[in-house]
Amino acid sequence: MLDAEAMDTALVRLAQEIVANNEDLHAVALMGILKRGRPLADRLAAHIDNMTGQRVRVGSLATTLYRDDLRSGKNVGSVGTHVTHFDFDVEGLTVVLVDDVLSTGRTIRAALDEIIDYGRPKKIQLACLVDRGLRELPIQADYLGWSISTKYEDHVQVKLKEIDGEDVVLLERSAEADS
Amino acid sequence: MTPAETSSPVWTRKDLIGLEDLSRQEIEMILDTAPQFVAVSKRGSGIKKVPLLQGRLIVNWFFEPSTRTRTSFELAAKRLSADTLTMNVQASSSKKGETLHDTLDNIEAMHSDVVVIRHSFAGSAHILAERHDSHIINAGDGAHEHPTQGLLDAFTIRDHVRKQKNDPEATIDGVRVAIIGDISHSRVARSNIWGLTKLGASVVVCGPSTLMPQDIARMGCEVTTNLREAIKDADVVYALRIQLERQAKCLFPSIREYIRLYRIDNESLKHAPEHALIMHPGPINRDLELATDVADGPRSVILEQVSNGVAVRMAVMHLLVNS
Repeated sequence: MLDAEAMDTALVRLAQEIVANNEDLHAVALMGILKRGRPLADRLAAHIDNMTGQRVRVGSLATTLYRDDLRSGKNVGSVGTHVTHFDFDVEGLTVVLVDDVLSTGRTIRAALDEIIDYGRPKKIQLACLVDRGLRELPIQADYLGWSISTKYEDHVQVKLKEIDGEDVVLLERSAEADS
Repeated sequence: MTPAETSSPVWTRKDLIGLEDLSRQEIEMILDTAPQFVAVSKRGSGIKKVPLLQGRLIVNWFFEPSTRTRTSFELAAKRLSADTLTMNVQASSSKKGETLHDTLDNIEAMHSDVVVIRHSFAGSAHILAERHDSHIINAGDGAHEHPTQGLLDAFTIRDHVRKQKNDPEATIDGVRVAIIGDISHSRVARSNIWGLTKLGASVVVCGPSTLMPQDIARMGCEVTTNLREAIKDADVVYALRIQLERQAKCLFPSIREYIRLYRIDNESLKHAPEHALIMHPGPINRDLELATDVADGPRSVILEQVSNGVAVRMAVMHLLVNS
């Protein structure tokens, strides 16, 4: 669906949009949602640095302790092992959440709750590489790489060099959808 | 919601009674779940709380005096947003002769989710866990086990091994831990021996022969009455509290003799490796089992044990309730 070159082009465009939308980059923090949002946030920060010479803050957000599906028993025993980490105060900043795939919106809802427990940002924006639809909450991306309409049964996978050894977005349509 | 990244192991136990029952994988699951809770407690100006146990009722039921463990469980529950209730046994119906089962039936009639119990009878937590629906956490049963202490100690040791090796995945395989003092009466020693040996550490226990259970070696540890021998290759020197309240039985001739033979101080530590960590479960009898300048010195991780205790107990409560 998206190869390494297309992914890089999309990220450069997202970086440009973030710069265009935020006059004061000193007040911007990119918060990568673990696991794959963090490398994407680092890459966006590098692009922004190339364009403007300014280094924006980057942090990691686990969001798992704020999930809404733990009590349902569906994801038994799996808050996982990701640890939120950032070394700045979010109070008054513009926080840009960065994630690989936007779908139901529930991860972003968890991220919003987590951030607000740390302080009161001036604004929170959302950057995503792929929006696959299927939203269950009123949440939309401010910066979007690619949009595609999918079914629940389809499988969207983002692979990144830093974690998976290659940059690619894969879409696997379910068998039933084809027939 | 993004599905879990890996097919992580699934927690299946209702209760935490002892580390003897747990597999290495289960112990590691708790230790691996804890770091994110360490981060919650360290939030500077932010809210030191997460909503994982919102609306759950956690009952602390302590039949023995405890400050550290009780407050640690209470804080862990509160940082998970649970409601907590502390049963003051001095003023409760146990004094009027009500049985444990009856009291717990009454607590459960108020819809408790987790009951943390400390009792002087070995096996009390197990008996309750078998018959009741609440998740039971053993906070110390007689001289049997104190599993969350064993877990927080293993977590603290692993954390330091990882820092020393600069390897975030390092395990405690091969780490040498010397546990010094009153082994007989110590549930802390038992939970540590089970936990640490399952994680691949080698454990040596050391103390006066009158305070050493005869068949302790069957738990998989080495045994000695010689302090120098115990600590000579130790990566961790773990001093146990001398339980002065039990000294009525005269299990060693005098405090002075215990100090001369077994106290951890700068003199005895000359025989231990320089990198050895100093640990103690608290409360310390200063200058009895542990010298003040060692307890407060640079090798001591005693207060880290306390901080880690809250995070490890959060991990345990979360895994029991949300699995």
